[in-house]
Amino acid sequence: MSRLQVVSGKGGTGKTTVAAALALALATEGKRTLLVEVEGRQGIAQLFETEALPYEERKIAVAPGGGEVFALAIDPELALLDYLQMFYKLGGAGRALKKLGAIDFATTIAPGLRDVLLTGKACEAVRRKDKSGRFTYDYVVMDAPPTGRITRFLNVNDEVAGLAKIGPIHNQAQAVMRVLKSPETAVHLVTLLEEMPVQETADGIAELHAANLPVGRIIVNMVRPQVLDATDLELTRAAPHTAIARSLSAAGLGGARRGGNAERLVDPLLEQAEEYAERYALEHEQRGVLAELGLPLHELPLLAEGMDLAGLYELAAQLRKQGMS
Amino acid sequence: MSLDPARVLDVDPLLDDPQTRIVVCCGSGGVGKTTTAAALGLRAAERGRKVVVLTIDPARRLAQSMGIDSLDNTPRRVKGIEGDGELHAMMLDMKRTFDEIVEAHADPERAAVILNNPFYQSLSAGFAGTQEYMAMEKLGQLRARDEWDLIVVDTPPSRSALDFLDAPKRLGSFLDGRLIRLLTAPAKLGGRAGMKFLNVGMSMMTGTLGKLLGGQLLKDVQTFVAAMDTTFGGFRTRADATYKLLQAPGTAFLVVAAPERDALREAAYFVERLAAEDMPFAGLVLNRVHGSGAARLSAERALAAAEDLDSEAAENLDDARIVDQGDGKAGLRNSPDTYDSSEPSASAAPASEEGSPAATDKPAPSRTAATDGTTTDHTAATDSTSRDRTDAQDTPDAPDTAGAHGTADAQDETDTAEAQDPTTTTAGEPRSDAEGTARTVDQLTAGLLRLHAERMQLLSREQRTRDRFTALHPEVAVAEVAALPGDVHDLAGLRNIGDRLAANRPELPES
Repeated sequence: MSRLQVVSGKGGTGKTTVAAALALALATEGKRTLLVEVEGRQGIAQLFETEALPYEERKIAVAPGGGEVFALAIDPELALLDYLQMFYKLGGAGRALKKLGAIDFATTIAPGLRDVLLTGKACEAVRRKDKSGRFTYDYVVMDAPPTGRITRFLNVNDEVAGLAKIGPIHNQAQAVMRVLKSPETAVHLVTLLEEMPVQETADGIAELHAANLPVGRIIVNMVRPQVLDATDLELTRAAPHTAIARSLSAAGLGGARRGGNAERLVDPLLEQAEEYAERYALEHEQRGVLAELGLPLHELPLLAEGMDLAGLYELAAQLRKQGMS
Repeated sequence: MSLDPARVLDVDPLLDDPQTRIVVCCGSGGVGKTTTAAALGLRAAERGRKVVVLTIDPARRLAQSMGIDSLDNTPRRVKGIEGDGELHAMMLDMKRTFDEIVEAHADPERAAVILNNPFYQSLSAGFAGTQEYMAMEKLGQLRARDEWDLIVVDTPPSRSALDFLDAPKRLGSFLDGRLIRLLTAPAKLGGRAGMKFLNVGMSMMTGTLGKLLGGQLLKDVQTFVAAMDTTFGGFRTRADATYKLLQAPGTAFLVVAAPERDALREAAYFVERLAAEDMPFAGLVLNRVHGSGAARLSAERALAAAEDLDSEAAENLDDARIVDQGDGKAGLRNSPDTYDSSEPSASAAPASEEGSPAATDKPAPSRTAATDGTTTDHTAATDSTSRDRTDAQDTPDAPDTAGAHGTADAQDETDTAEAQDPTTTTAGEPRSDAEGTARTVDQLTAGLLRLHAERMQLLSREQRTRDRFTALHPEVAVAEVAALPGDVHDLAGLRNIGDRLAANRPELPES
């Protein structure tokens, strides 16, 4: 099992949720995981219902069986100051640099430096050991940028290593790349059973492969429960309205006669079944496309009540059950 | 149960108004922003305007839906537009756009120096902020050409929707900024006593940056900026000009969102930000909103009724002779339209459910209801023996020849294709008789009710999310777009979205 688990996915597919559930699942039974946020959206804090995360590793959840989940929202500016401190012992000078806009320059504009700092910090956490020589974290889970940008984000170190031909940034970039391209890392993609996210997943996998980055698993999120099966769907087209109306009436939903409450429900209910059938066929097709990608597939259910902390634990249990941790 | 907003955003007047020259669609990723931009563009064109849609990173399928295999940096005319208007579409190529700026403003020799600079090459290939800046640049160019009545812009898939407003300023101020000037011309600062300290700071800083980034990179940056700076007047000025263009009255910002917590939170944030920046905000487009034609039937009530049907079916099997439910109960239920969505249905439903075993316990020999039911309920005599529910319950029934007979009758009566499915008869699962087939319709109905309950749960979740937004921003006009079960593949699909946008949910329940 790779120790750095990178979770990406098209916008709106719930990659932050899946990353958090994965961190919980991996922490189960006494393990310790670090959940890393790199896009400054404070999505993790919202998910775990805590206040905004500072640039500091702090415990945010306890997993079943005594494990612990830590979280870190990486701030590129602070990461750079950290970094300068580490290499140059810059104290006050660092702050002076910040005042002049040099830090802002370096983190926002300097080609890819921001991304190097973000991935660098995650890789540092992966490699960190405590005094007894044991890894500080068993796993590091990264809530990464979306599928469309993930390859460039992870591969930016390569580009930076080429651009900054010498110096510590160059060395740092190379060290990060060694971790990212090794089996120590797995990049997972979150998708929905819809055409565009599935297409983007397929494209993303091709890009990751081309860049020699290790692709892990596909997680299909928000899978809706199967309410009607193929037989039901055929039946909906064949069953006469009067029979359904009578059935509704028998269940206490009003009169079955034309214009009765039960009778008036039949058309809208069948219309919903028709929409369901269309979606059912589409989902079936998309499952086929995903299966052809040849990667392990996992499915997480859509939570009827929306996402909350309890739901997160439920998803973590699902991931565990499906052998993802 | 409808999600009628406090204020309705009417898109047609906005699109028709000749004063409207730019529509900007923004919002977080995955909410259908690009599709909305394309649908708005198409609608405006078919209402007679000459439109160009600037997309940033469209899915291949979206480009294809406009009949263009691959969009590029030049507007292409979309074929198949109805009416007198025109639709053009293009996709931002940020490197090409950046190159064009350089080529347009520098003499060939100088342009070559810039284009070959390694720093320029990485900057233009798309690091943080370039895409946003170039989107703005392109918008400025399109507007300056004045060839179109209306420009519809999609915004880049940013980390957060705010990058779109911030990045151009950032890039502009970086390229024009004090830091760069100091970096490029530190010598000028010498001499004056007051600058001495700064100068020391500067050389320390350039030294540090040089060490950090490698001396070569810093030198590349310096050459690049020097070359850029002397060729044309300031990125900052250009960024400011585009920014002002956005604030002008001819621009309308639309925030696109889906009725989900995260997307609406981002939308709320963006609405506040637009107000703070004095940007002309037109309203919120809420995509993928679900409706139901049977909204007056609540989820709880539907679920209770579904369970009721299931348990009736089970009881029928436990005792095949008891075909009918208790007379009194059936009568009670069939008679008046007793339910009303406004009454607390949760309390009513369990009561009737509890009532059902009691009612069926007493022998009810009267067959009137059953015979009434058989003729029609047969009709859907498809076999559902494969279903778990039925399998478990089939065994107690003794094989009954009448069952096969009954099924055959049903086939004759109704001609349903499913009823003739050979598996129905050859599988040899004995159907008890009339009740067996009635059970099938009951189970289908139960399934329909469960599906409805799921839809109603989704509806109320969407409503809760929406209400939270409306409570915070009652002033925001909202256009709701009814969810499509599938994806958009062609102009007809985009047109459909446009219709839904303008109609504010055409599939609202008739109440």
